[in-house]
Amino acid sequence: MNFQELLDHLIHDTLRVSLPGFMPELVLCATIVLMLLARLPAFGRRINTVWIALPGCLAALYFAAPWRLLPGLRESADFTAPIFTGMLVYDELTVFFRSLLLVFACLFLVFTRISGIPDREDSPDFYTLVLGGIVGMCLMASANHMVMVFLGVEMASVPSYALAGMLKGRRQSSEAALKYVVYGAGTAGVMLYGISLLAGALGSVHMPTMAMQLATLPAEALAERQTVLLMGGLMVMVGVAFKLSAVPFHFWCPDVFEGASAEVNAFLSVASKAAALALLARLALGFGFVGEPRTAQAPTAHSAAYRALEKRPLVVPQARDALPGRDAPDSDAPDSNVPDSGASPQNAVERLAPVRRFLVGLIGLLAAVTCTFGNLAAYNQTNMKRLLAYSTIAHAGYLMMPVAAAVALIGKDIELAEEAIASLAFYAGVYVFMNLGAFAIVAFLRNTIRSEEIADYGGLIHRSPGVAVALSLILFSLIGLPPLAGFPAKLIAFAYLVPSGLLSLLVIGGLNTALSLFYYLRVVKVMTLDPEPAGRLPASFSMWSPAGIYVAMITLPVIVLGVSFEPLNRWARLAADHLLS
Amino acid sequence: MQSQYVLLLSLVVFLPALGALVLLLFPKDKPEAIKLFSLVVTVLVFLLTVYMAVPSPEGVATPRFELGAAGMQDAFSIDWIPSFNIFYFMGIDGISFTLVLLTSFLSMLAMGASWNITSHVKAYCILYLLLETGMIGVFMALDFFLFYVFWEVMLLPMYFLIGVWGGPRREYAAIKFFLYTLVGSVLMLIAILILYFNSDLRALAAQSDVVAGGSEVVAWDELHLHPDVTRAVREPGDNPIHTFNILALSKMGQHTDLFDAELLWGRSLQWWAFVLLFIGFAIKIPIVPLHTWLPDAHVEAPTPISMILAGILLKMGGYGIIRICYPICPEAAYDLAYVVTGIGVLSMVYGAFAALAQKDFKRLVAYSSVSHMGYVLLGIGVWTATASTNYNPDYWAMGMNGAMFQMIAHGISSAGMFFMVGVIYDRVHHRNLDEFGGLFARSPLYSGLAFGIFFAGLGLPGLCGFIGEFFVTLSVWSYSKAMAVVAAATVILTAAYILWTLQRVYLGAEYRGPHGDRITPITGREVAIAAPLLAFAIWFGVLPQSLFNYMTPSVNKTVQELADWTRDVKESRQRGASRLSINQAPTTSVEGETERIASSTQR
Repeated sequence: MNFQELLDHLIHDTLRVSLPGFMPELVLCATIVLMLLARLPAFGRRINTVWIALPGCLAALYFAAPWRLLPGLRESADFTAPIFTGMLVYDELTVFFRSLLLVFACLFLVFTRISGIPDREDSPDFYTLVLGGIVGMCLMASANHMVMVFLGVEMASVPSYALAGMLKGRRQSSEAALKYVVYGAGTAGVMLYGISLLAGALGSVHMPTMAMQLATLPAEALAERQTVLLMGGLMVMVGVAFKLSAVPFHFWCPDVFEGASAEVNAFLSVASKAAALALLARLALGFGFVGEPRTAQAPTAHSAAYRALEKRPLVVPQARDALPGRDAPDSDAPDSNVPDSGASPQNAVERLAPVRRFLVGLIGLLAAVTCTFGNLAAYNQTNMKRLLAYSTIAHAGYLMMPVAAAVALIGKDIELAEEAIASLAFYAGVYVFMNLGAFAIVAFLRNTIRSEEIADYGGLIHRSPGVAVALSLILFSLIGLPPLAGFPAKLIAFAYLVPSGLLSLLVIGGLNTALSLFYYLRVVKVMTLDPEPAGRLPASFSMWSPAGIYVAMITLPVIVLGVSFEPLNRWARLAADHLLS
Repeated sequence: MQSQYVLLLSLVVFLPALGALVLLLFPKDKPEAIKLFSLVVTVLVFLLTVYMAVPSPEGVATPRFELGAAGMQDAFSIDWIPSFNIFYFMGIDGISFTLVLLTSFLSMLAMGASWNITSHVKAYCILYLLLETGMIGVFMALDFFLFYVFWEVMLLPMYFLIGVWGGPRREYAAIKFFLYTLVGSVLMLIAILILYFNSDLRALAAQSDVVAGGSEVVAWDELHLHPDVTRAVREPGDNPIHTFNILALSKMGQHTDLFDAELLWGRSLQWWAFVLLFIGFAIKIPIVPLHTWLPDAHVEAPTPISMILAGILLKMGGYGIIRICYPICPEAAYDLAYVVTGIGVLSMVYGAFAALAQKDFKRLVAYSSVSHMGYVLLGIGVWTATASTNYNPDYWAMGMNGAMFQMIAHGISSAGMFFMVGVIYDRVHHRNLDEFGGLFARSPLYSGLAFGIFFAGLGLPGLCGFIGEFFVTLSVWSYSKAMAVVAAATVILTAAYILWTLQRVYLGAEYRGPHGDRITPITGREVAIAAPLLAFAIWFGVLPQSLFNYMTPSVNKTVQELADWTRDVKESRQRGASRLSINQAPTTSVEGETERIASSTQR
């Protein structure tokens, strides 16, 4: 392959294959540019930027095309799995999470418009940061390459730091932002170091190539690099755990949530978390599984060339020669197409069993500790935002469980493993409404009673029954009580722990559900049973105001999805059922 | 025909919920209209269930309950969540229908007893009607998922009904109730998931008449599976088809070895499933030592909610054990039979002694519930169908029928007792047993009704409480003489605390407690609630057959299936095990041996 051929291939890959799959991000970027430019003319300063951001998000959602997952349309859509020479993957899961993030973004923009943070003055900055963060999260959800993992995490984090400090006059807000930055920078550094360790040990930063290397390296080479690999894996996990606010990297979470405005909290606790989960799933499946490449497209050319340039000196010769599979040098060495007896994809999946054991142990342990700690720490919170921060931490724990189950199931039953990932996607979909609803109510109540203390919610049921009932329903859904959406989400997410044999995790998750009852119920109790605190501003909150209608609109899916969750579940299944096969 | 079943059963379950929706439109300041509307809804539900209970005229096919039929009636299965094989699957048989009747009856009466609720009437009535939907749904659901949803749906209304309208310690009592039940249901959920993922309709089909070449032990039609599922089973394939169908899971527990794999610490999957389910249901019954939520919840709840709690919610535990625990996990139930009966006896004795020690009238009634529900557990657990009795299920059937009867009887008598406490509490605003006395003179009609109902709770012959206790005690004799003696002795304790209570409250020279001037005669509304309860207590005491007719076929079928399982599966397993150990000599009688040979040749 000469240089010209390679270049042609690359141009074709970029323009014809990759860019169409990358349209939503491009639209978001264009929207951001437009928002910034809109500040220049005088009339641009007079309009709220949300009116630019919202159409931009809707257009991006159109290009994200969630309907493309439907069976009829799926065949015609070309899910050319790796795009941009293997940097990203454009598959069904990408479509799902990107659509989810964009749906959230649209709902979120409406929410911020109603709640009045940011004001017109701040709105260009705010929405630029939000959309920038969303682009980063979309990248996280489709990352296929460790550099993209890092870039995605950083692109999502940096706007979040600024958003956390958005309330400029508040000391707490600035403190929260600072804490967030320091924590984020530290974990990002550790993660980057971990990536470089892995790259050194495996000779690549392209995830499928790394997994193939893991599967095909001879035992002595693996044993030699074991420490480096383990360290690298742990360090990468530190970065992901920070984004997930998993224990012990959760310390930023309650402080940031208390300092930042409820709007920003909604953004951090829903979008950021969903993207981090998608990333965790990508990493866990990327290292725990190798499969046939979906299409023999250009990426192989790139990665082959790239490996030829960079990797040859690193890899033990005999192992490198026996490297077939997904991104094996098919294109530059067609004669190695015949797989070696020792390294067919089937065999490679088996040989990754130790990696999976490590991943299951690590993710499972993190999940168990995270949900237990989150629930216990939420007990004596008096501030609603802090309480919801710990609730977010606990839910991160629950949400990691299906990932552990999926990785454990890869060796047993690929279909069940895909369903486990689908359960994660379903949970993420439900979670959008639950947490967005909770924070929206907190924000609207802050606007009327000027307080975010739980005690000040006393007697809310008498003053504004609609919003009290809505918040109660959302909190019960967060506990996981039927017939609300949180129940099927939790049930399905826990369900796959049974076939994967992680019963201890199931028991921990179940008991945590019972534990979580106390603190969610305490809020409900204050709202319904307690008398109104003296000196509180009157909480008159009409359900016929825009805020009231918004609350009702967000709460409705929490009920509907609890009773009839088949459509969303089916959609989540469609998103995951070609992931591993 | 199916659409008739769907309509009728769905109407019975969801009519209260629909009523709750309509109530949302009512203006807040019309409490009387709201209460009246709620009462009308509960009466309609009751009339619907009565309509079902009346036998159909000869030769006319109606969706009514058919007397004498043992299997599921009016069963239907509708697509709900196909990706998890979850169906909107309901049906009734003698076990569930009698409890549905009890539920609709008590719900109606308790709504009548709710008239002196004055604060937040609208919210109260909405929650109350939602609660009724949950309760009836639990008894009718045959899909495990649906069952669980209804089971949990009851929790929220109950939490608020205790927490908002209860007594001084209501918040503590409400959260204690919620937490206990939630822990139980989480354990139940774990068991449900374990059972679901190990179930396989293909394996069951091999034992049934649905595929050619199967052994035809199971009648497929009795499982009432959705046609789509049956079609999927008929198609060749080797991926397991999981199910939440309670009937199919029962057959799997009895006729396949799907649930026999070892799960943990040398115990089989079904052993763990049984333990988890049993704890979940036992919290509801409740058993000692998981009963501590009950005195608090019952005492703090307002009178009508206490009636519902004692009359219906406790029965769900017993129902769950009969319908779910025993049929799905027979092996574990067999192995743990002594544990189950032992817990039953413990609850009986402990509850009775605790009741003797109470100073609070309502707390005494609450502990009497613990004691009475112990009989239910004892009657269920009397597994007499073993080799030594030639697999004769008669005594066990008697015990389980007694347990079922006891549930209905206790539903009537305990609801009545709580109502009687409520009537006097509304007047004198205290429940201190030592400060009562002389009520008979002040309010003879009230006292007369109370005597009747309390005697029913005592188990006086001629009243409903006697039949269940008698059947259970009688059946236990052939199972364990020691337990029978204790069970019979508990009757004396029961008589002691109830007679002593009657003496302290109603007899005596005159009332000396506080608010003596407010003791007014019982009102017509109160009589209208107490009199039907007493009437049914007498009716079922004199004519128990009228109730047995409904439930005995289904109860006997359940027992017979388990007895067959003991004969065909369990004993052969044990024999297989004993063949391995050389030292074990045959100890059973000659008849037992011939029976074994006969049964093994049959197989």
